[in-house]
Order: sequence, then structure tokens, then C-alpha cells
Amino acid sequence: MSQTGVLEGADAPTDEEHHHGPDKGILRWVYTTNHKDIGTMYLLLALGSLLIGGVMAFVIRAELFQPGLQLVDPNFFNQMTTMHGLIMVFGAIMPAFVGLANWLIPMMIGAPDMALPRINNWSFWLLPFAFSMLLSTLFMEGGAPNFGWTFYAPLSTTYAPPSVTFFIFAVHIMGISSVMGAVNVIVTIFNMRAPGMTFMKMPLFVWTWLITAFLLIAVMPVLAGVVTMMLMDIHFGASFFNAAGGGDPVLFQHVFWFFGHPEVYIMILPAFGIISHIISTFSRKPLFGYTSMVFATSSIAILSFIVWAHHMFTVGMPLAGELFFMYSTMLIAVPTGVKVFNWVTTMFRGSMTFETPMLFAIAFVVLFTIGGLSGLMLAIAPADFQYHDTYFVVAHFHYVLVPGALFSILAAVYYWLPKWCGRMYNESLGKWHFWLSFIGVNLTFFPMHFVGLAGMPRRIPDYALQFADFNAVVSVGAFLFGASQLIFIYNVWRTTIGKKGIKATDLVWEKPEGLEWTALPSPVPYHTFQTPPKVD
Amino acid sequence: MKRVGFSAVSALLLLITSQSALAEWGLNMTEGVTRVSHEVHDLHMTIFYICVAIAVVVFGVMLYSIIYHRKSRGAKAENFHESTVVEIIWTVIPLVILVGMCIPATATLIDMYDNTDSEIDIQVTGYQWKWRYTYLNEGVDFFSNLSTPSEQLDNTQDKNINYLLEVDKPLVLPVDTKVRFLFTSKDVIHSWWVPELAVKKDTIPGFINESWTKIDKPGIYRGQCTELCGKGHGYMPIVVKAVSKQEYKTWVTAQAVAQAAAKEIKDMSFDELMIQGEKVYNTNCAACHKKDGTGIPPMFPALKDSSIAMGDISNHIKIVLKGKQGTAMSAFAEQLSVSDIASVVTYERNAWGNNKGDYATPMSVKKIKDNK
Repeated sequence: MSQTGVLEGADAPTDEEHHHGPDKGILRWVYTTNHKDIGTMYLLLALGSLLIGGVMAFVIRAELFQPGLQLVDPNFFNQMTTMHGLIMVFGAIMPAFVGLANWLIPMMIGAPDMALPRINNWSFWLLPFAFSMLLSTLFMEGGAPNFGWTFYAPLSTTYAPPSVTFFIFAVHIMGISSVMGAVNVIVTIFNMRAPGMTFMKMPLFVWTWLITAFLLIAVMPVLAGVVTMMLMDIHFGASFFNAAGGGDPVLFQHVFWFFGHPEVYIMILPAFGIISHIISTFSRKPLFGYTSMVFATSSIAILSFIVWAHHMFTVGMPLAGELFFMYSTMLIAVPTGVKVFNWVTTMFRGSMTFETPMLFAIAFVVLFTIGGLSGLMLAIAPADFQYHDTYFVVAHFHYVLVPGALFSILAAVYYWLPKWCGRMYNESLGKWHFWLSFIGVNLTFFPMHFVGLAGMPRRIPDYALQFADFNAVVSVGAFLFGASQLIFIYNVWRTTIGKKGIKATDLVWEKPEGLEWTALPSPVPYHTFQTPPKVD
Repeated sequence: MKRVGFSAVSALLLLITSQSALAEWGLNMTEGVTRVSHEVHDLHMTIFYICVAIAVVVFGVMLYSIIYHRKSRGAKAENFHESTVVEIIWTVIPLVILVGMCIPATATLIDMYDNTDSEIDIQVTGYQWKWRYTYLNEGVDFFSNLSTPSEQLDNTQDKNINYLLEVDKPLVLPVDTKVRFLFTSKDVIHSWWVPELAVKKDTIPGFINESWTKIDKPGIYRGQCTELCGKGHGYMPIVVKAVSKQEYKTWVTAQAVAQAAAKEIKDMSFDELMIQGEKVYNTNCAACHKKDGTGIPPMFPALKDSSIAMGDISNHIKIVLKGKQGTAMSAFAEQLSVSDIASVVTYERNAWGNNKGDYATPMSVKKIKDNK
């Protein structure tokens, strides 16, 4: 893929900025339809959620530091595990990727903005309300949702605290926001590519987000459906999930995971795009197999619809069901392997340097692969009977979500921040952040494999004595990991608001590929492309 | 930079080299005490070694590149990309490995699903937060509750070695006998897991799941509930006591006799009722209503000074027997004997300053129970 730099299109707006610049004050953020402003707000919301969800993780790890009940009662502990999961999935990882999509997709495809700017504004502004509603449940009589982020019925219906209704409406609002965001991404990519940018010339981040957007449109309505069925059961006497009324509690799990499994790929596919860009740039070598990456991503997305019941191997499915879901799940390892092999081959015979984004990207490949391999183990149904709902599973999905999705987001911020704000972040602070995070994340999540295999169930507020040593290590790791994120916040703050750090060049890195580097100055003007760049 | 790849690889190497010590250190899955659990363990180790091998190759190439193909060593980037042959190779090889893995996994799964020819059938029912074991053909039926004293939970007493993994009445099973379990639940979904038996099955209200085991050697095997089932999820352990066939026979006979005797209704004095009532209360009620009767309002109302504990006694008995629709209060008519209910009602009316002064008798409870 090669693009010609068309800098004149980008130089022009500096003059125009005086006329078309942003409003002043708070109203700029309320009324904005600018993809960069909205992207920034998404990223800040994600950061806020990361901190809130992180504090909840601290409560969990502090309670689990030692056996016995020290800080919280079991009911509040369950509220913490539930809210931690919900906030991190729906409040941190997903909005962060939408924020990156907003910032990057128009810049990467040579568009002036997103195709549907007002919907863009609305889909962001729904979220603060959704999360305020969700968080307000913590202060309600009976407490916040306490049934786990997977909210299995009937614990989340007949046996739920009254606040479950607020949880349901919060999920509805988030779902509307996600679907609108996804529609916007698809419409933008289909209609606003620069002349000459065919589908097979699109940057991988754009490709992975396009596929993610289709997944979102397919499954968010399923989530809306399942929470609506809960609402009916709770308030209108329906019995979708109540066997006594002719329903089936397992139906809940089927519908939930039909949403839930594509959902986990929604949280990782954009990461694949980011990592592909970063590894190629810092290896100074084109991505080994662009085409096969596109096809691998698409196959993962398609397969994600036929593997959902591997989360439910112990619910008592018939043998044929177990076998089908075991085989289809193992099949996912093939396209995922293709991706990992591609990244490694891209590094091979390159000329590598190790700036902070590259460090995070390399850690992503290693640790995501560990998470993927434990996923392969979990796919073996008979062995899964021993792993299911233990800390082994907790280790597995945190490996793909924290050093997976979250590391890719951090890598992306370091990689594109100089382009966004025109200044370089502080490299040594970045390296400190990386190494402390890397040590912290492994100290937190690696020992979880051991306690899980040794028999510790997940979501318990207290545990038997043989798990004590590893749990103490895990808690120490969690605090280290959490605290080291403050370095990141400081680094971003000093670069953007503090205006410290050297000015970035237009290319920023040595030889990056893509319109955002070659056709736009650093910092990017408020309006991205006044005239579309030409792509060969 | 080397350290990125290094620590990952060394962590994995650590796993392999410490293999022999895995059992003692509590690092690995148990081999268990049944044929199936051995098969599962073998599957686990096979797939684990395959994963390690893949990791060594992938991370090895990465590490090599990181060391030798770095710009600071003067490495010049090559420009090769796109090779259909390479892509096909690294698609087909994993596929072959996976198919190889599917064969033993399928065989074990088919074995695990063969519930025929059982010699003993036991219904396992999950309750918030205890297990009930019903020996379907032997007339033995009992609840199994956590027996760790609450002082150990609050850290006011030293924790014993089986902290949170001990119960008042274990599930007793004979060795070398195929036992079929029928799983169901009275309230929410629970999951019955004993690692040494490699049996984990969800108990689902309104549905029945099946599984089986055949234990090779006598011993005590402990497990826990593994599906989040509310605030007592961490407090409903499973203890299986595997004994010889002979011992099992003796135990079953004694249990059946004792359970029949317990159904007889005796008169009890006020003091007897209070003493038994405190025990029953602490095992069955204190999880929600708290030891001191203060509850956790509004989900779990206080009993101290409550209109029910201080009001009409037959209404009080009815609520304990039948539970309260639409709330977390479950029906105890099946779970507790009439003398247990009489004593717990008496206790609730006369403990924590609830000086009501009246009491229920096993006979009065039986009357209300029979009247429906």
C-alpha cells in the first residue's frame, strides 16, 4: 500500500481555522460535531472509567489479600466484581476504541470528518448518562447489581436487588450509543474514502474497525433483547427465564453469550489493527501479509457467531452440542495463529527500535498469545470441566483484555499522540510506565493460572488457606499495575495540557505509512482534510 | 528489551521444570481419583505441552529478531512480504495439531457422558447456600452446610486447615461403584464441583442434569460451588467422603434408621427449644438475618424487634414454613424438621431482647404444616 503525500490540502486550513475553529468554553464540548473533539471525549470517558473500575479492582484485591473477611461484606464484594466487569468492558475498553476510531478513521481514509457528525455527538453524550445511572445504583437501597457482569438469570431477575432495573436501562442506553457509533463508522468507511483508496488499500485499523462495527450492529440488539426479557420477567410477570412459568434459565445464557462472544472480539479486533501498524513502523518493514490479515480478521468475526456455548460447557448440553462448540472454538485458533505469525514475521529481518508504542506492541503479542493459548486449553471441553469458573478463566480473559486490549490502547495513544497534539510524549516516562505495567500485569494475572488449576473458584470473597500465598502476590501485582497507570496520565497531561516535550515532525516516526502521517501536519488541524488527498 | 520475550519464556520454562513439584505446590490441576479425572488430567497436560511448544517457537523467533534485527546493531530492514506458500503452511500445521487434539478429547467426552449402568443414584440439589443430598433408593436425605465457625471468617479465631472447605455432613460414597448424580436447584443456578472427581455440573432450577463418577480410592475430597449464586457463594463447600463398600452399607442403614426416628415428634421444653433453636438459626438463618438478628435491610429484614417475630406466632411459623413470595425468604418446610422449626421460631421470639415469652411446639408446627 502506498500513498502520496498531499500536504497542500492540509496546509490550507490553518488560515481557515480562525473562521471555523471550535467554540469557546464548555459549550464547545456539548455542541461539537468534530471527530477529534468527540474522539477526545470518548478517550477521557474511557480513562475515567478505567480509574473507577480500577478502584473497584483495588477493593477486590485488598479484600482477597488475605483469607478471612477484612474490609467488605460478601454482598458488597459481589457488587464490586459486577461493577468492575461492567465498567471496564462497557465504560473503558469499548469507548476507548470508539475514541480511537473517531480520531483515526477520517485521518486514515482521507475524510474531512465522520459521515454522521450529529449522531456522533449524540452517541457520545448518551454515555455519561448511562454510566451515571449505572454508578448511581451503588447508592441505592439494596445496593448495586451483585450478580456478576454476565448477570445470569434467575440471580439477576427473581433474586436481584431493586437496582437491576436501572442497570437494564443503562445497558439499553449504552447499546443505542454503540449501535449509532458503529453505523457511523460503516457509513464513513463506505462513503468517505479518498479517491484511489480501494478496500484492499485501507489501513488495517480501518479494516478491523469496519468488521468490529458489523459485529456491534449484529449483537448489541441481542444484548438489548436479553435485558428486555429480564425486565419483562421482573416487572411484567413474564417467565422467559423462570422454569416454573415454562421458561428456561439456560436460555438466558444462550442469548447472553450469543452477544457475549462476538463482544469479546469487538474488544480485540481493533487492537489487531493498532498492533499491525505499530509493529510495521518500528520494524521498518511492511506488514508481512496484509491480505491474509484482512481475511483472518474476517474469519475470526464470522466464527465468533458459532462458538458462544463454549462459555457453557457445564450447563448440561447434549453431547453433540458439546462436540460442535469444542470443534468450532478450536478452529478460531487457526486465524488467530495467522495473525500472530504475521506479526512475528514482520519483525523478522526488520530494523527494530523500541520506543514506548513498540514496547507495548511487543508485550501485546507475547501476552495476548499466552491468553490465546490458555483459550485453546479452555476449548477442550473435558478439561474445561476442571477450568470452568475458576481463576484459570479469570487469568485467561484478563490476559487478552489487559495486556491485550488495554495495552493496544496505551500503545495507540503513545503512537498517535504526537500527531494529535504536535508534541512528543516523554520517552523515559513512557518506558517507566511500560516496564512497571509489564511487571505488574504479569504479577497480577500469571499466578491466577496456578490458583485456578489448584481449584479456586472465581467470584468468591474469601478462600481456603492453600490459595493464600498466590493471592497475596496477585494483590501486590494489582496495586503495582494500577499505580503505574498514574505515570501514563501524567505523561499525557504534561504533553497535551502542560505543552512540554519537543515539537513533533509531520512524519513523527522514521518511516510510518498512512495518510495521517504523510498527508497531514502535526498537530493535525481542527478540520482534517479540506480537499481529499489522492491515493495511488 | 530482551526481557520481554525472556520473562514470558522463562515463566513457561519454570512451569515445565517444576512439573514434579506441581502437586505439592498447588500449581497444577489435580490428577484426581477416578479414571475420568486421570483422562482429563492427561488431556490437560497434552494441550499444555502443545501450547508450550507453540509458545517456544513463536517467542523464540521473536526473541531472535529482537536481539539480531535491531537497528542499534545496524540491521537493515528487508522488504519481503506476502507469501501464499508460507500462509498455507502456517494455516495447515495448526489445523493438523488441532485435529490431533480433538480425537482424545472427543473420546473422553463420550466417556463422561455415559450415564448408564449406575449402581447408586443421588440427587444433588443446590440451595442458597447449602447442598442437599437425596439417595434416591436408600431413603437417606440430608442437607450439608458449611461448618467453619463464623469467628474464623471474622478473623477473631485462628483458621483451621480446612477453612471454608468443611461441612457438617459430608456426602458419603462407596469406592469402586458407579454413582450417578442428578443435579437440580431450588433457587438460582449453582455448580457442583469436586476437582478430584473431575465432575462439575450446573444445578439449574426446574431442570435436571446428569453426571457420574466411580471413585478409585477411599478418602476425603473437597470442592466448592463454582457458579455465582449470591452472597453466600463462597460459603457452600462440598465434601465427599469415599469409603469401602462395607462401610458404606453400614452408614446407609444407620442413616435410614436415624432419619426415620427424627420424624417422630417429641415434646421439648422451652430451654431445649432455645438451645436447638440457636443452632438451627446460626446454620440456616444467620447468613441473611445476621447472628444478632439485625439483618441486612432492605434485602434481608431484621428479626430483632420485627413485627413478625414479635407478632402472631402462627403467622411467624407460616412464614418459616412457606417462605415469602417475591423475596429471598425461602420455604423451610422441606429443609427442616418440625422440631427444628419449632425451636428456631421460639429462638427468634426470645433472643436478642425479643422477650416475647411464648414458644412454638413441634406439634403446633406440624398442625400448621398439615393444614397447608
